[in-house]
Amino acid sequence: MSKGDIRNLLRRDSRADRVVPPTGFTAQLTLFVSGAMAFLAVFALALSLASGRLADRWASELAGAATLRINAPAEQRAAQTEAALNVLSQTPGVASARALSAEEQAALLAPWFGPDLPLDTLPIPQLIEITEGEPGLDAIGLRLRLGAEVPGAVLDDHSRWREPLVDAANSLRRLGWISILLIGGATAAMITLAANASLAANAQIIEVLRLVGARDRFIAGAFVRRFTFRALFGAAVGTLLGMSGVLLLPEASDAGGFLTGLGFQGAGWLLPMLIPLLGATVAFLATWSAARRKLKELS
Amino acid sequence: MIELENVSYSYGGGELLSDVSLHLQPGSFHFLTGPSGSGKTTLLKLCYGALLPTSGRLSVFDEDVARLDRDQMALLRRRIGVVHQDCQFLDHMTLAENVALPMMVSGRGAEAEQNNLTELLGWVGLGARLESHPPELSGGERQRAALARAVILSPDVVLADEPTGNVDWEMSQRLLHLLIELNRMGKTVLIATHDLSLIRAAKSQVQARVLRISQRRLQLAGADL
Repeated sequence: MSKGDIRNLLRRDSRADRVVPPTGFTAQLTLFVSGAMAFLAVFALALSLASGRLADRWASELAGAATLRINAPAEQRAAQTEAALNVLSQTPGVASARALSAEEQAALLAPWFGPDLPLDTLPIPQLIEITEGEPGLDAIGLRLRLGAEVPGAVLDDHSRWREPLVDAANSLRRLGWISILLIGGATAAMITLAANASLAANAQIIEVLRLVGARDRFIAGAFVRRFTFRALFGAAVGTLLGMSGVLLLPEASDAGGFLTGLGFQGAGWLLPMLIPLLGATVAFLATWSAARRKLKELS
Repeated sequence: MIELENVSYSYGGGELLSDVSLHLQPGSFHFLTGPSGSGKTTLLKLCYGALLPTSGRLSVFDEDVARLDRDQMALLRRRIGVVHQDCQFLDHMTLAENVALPMMVSGRGAEAEQNNLTELLGWVGLGARLESHPPELSGGERQRAALARAVILSPDVVLADEPTGNVDWEMSQRLLHLLIELNRMGKTVLIATHDLSLIRAAKSQVQARVLRISQRRLQLAGADL
């Protein structure tokens, strides 16, 4: 089928469309199914995009940083910190290294122990924040060197807890895309059933059209147009409702974490607009193949 | 125009037509007769490609029907006008739309043909019923509408299956007259009927040949009718 064929098939021809009598009930079912499926597709798309963003963010934010912890008796802590900063300044791949101040460390611990904890009386290890640069940090080499010069230093490059989080976000994204594929497949299946029902109900009309010399293309076109435009309209309404639903979700915030990030950002809002077009394409192909199959069965 | 050579046709059960040979010459007028169930409708269906012969060769307009694809078959049917026994209309469309259906499916312009359509419906005496729906028409009106639909594309051949089956004598005379007029305009006409008085009535107006199906075979009937 060439592009011109598709255009011809879809060109509105009110006279030719009159050939197939309007059927209220299946028309409404097709509208409902494509609307509901588009609605679900909007959410699956939002989920995929949000979890994709999350995976990227976690991967890049945590990958660019590492933490050095100095576990040393209080009297040696300052000296070892000094030595560690010295080592870090000579290590390739370290863009900057900075020892956290006592206040910053207290702020980090506050959510866990409360603000009133007398931190100065506890043996809190000193933290050094490392920002990675080019070329990447050689964690194994750095650990070996620190082990020799700063015995109390423990390097954490975040990979241990970064990987499962990124994995989880990536699986969620994958699930979202699989859902979209399933929604597309289910739409195709349901439209095929509806088209088959409509073709069967109109078998007598198809026979008359064949007898007066109608080509398969003309007959199939009357059905294909009908289902394609129904699916387009239904999916457009479903997509609009779905997008309104996403719009009403709370704004992304640090406190809410992942769940409130569900939604579209920037150009991502254009993506759900494609759903009605995809729905119409699915309906077009499903009806076209159903009609061709059915017509071949008739003489 | 339509040539059958040793054509046989069998349904699942047994042979209905065997060894049928027939040459329809351009401009000829034929009746096809025989008892009910003898295969008149089947023979007509073979002629317009609704059925394919089980054996033998069938060519229409010098084309072997067995070798046509579906699109070519559709084009072939535009050159053969068929009046079906049960008319076969689309009940949700008006009479005018039904009669114009062959034009619509062949993609011919609507406006240019509108005059033709009115004229044609006037010719079959249905000029006043353009906007009626098929179920509102009487048997005779339906048959005349079916005839109008059969000839709207100006086919070379007109096949009619019991066109006078459901109408009274006067109406059958009108239909016969229309078919004879078509024949005078050069169309090849083949009418299947079991109504012998119709054939007798025709013989005085047109040079008609009578074919009879008897015991699965097609014979040229003599002048004894």
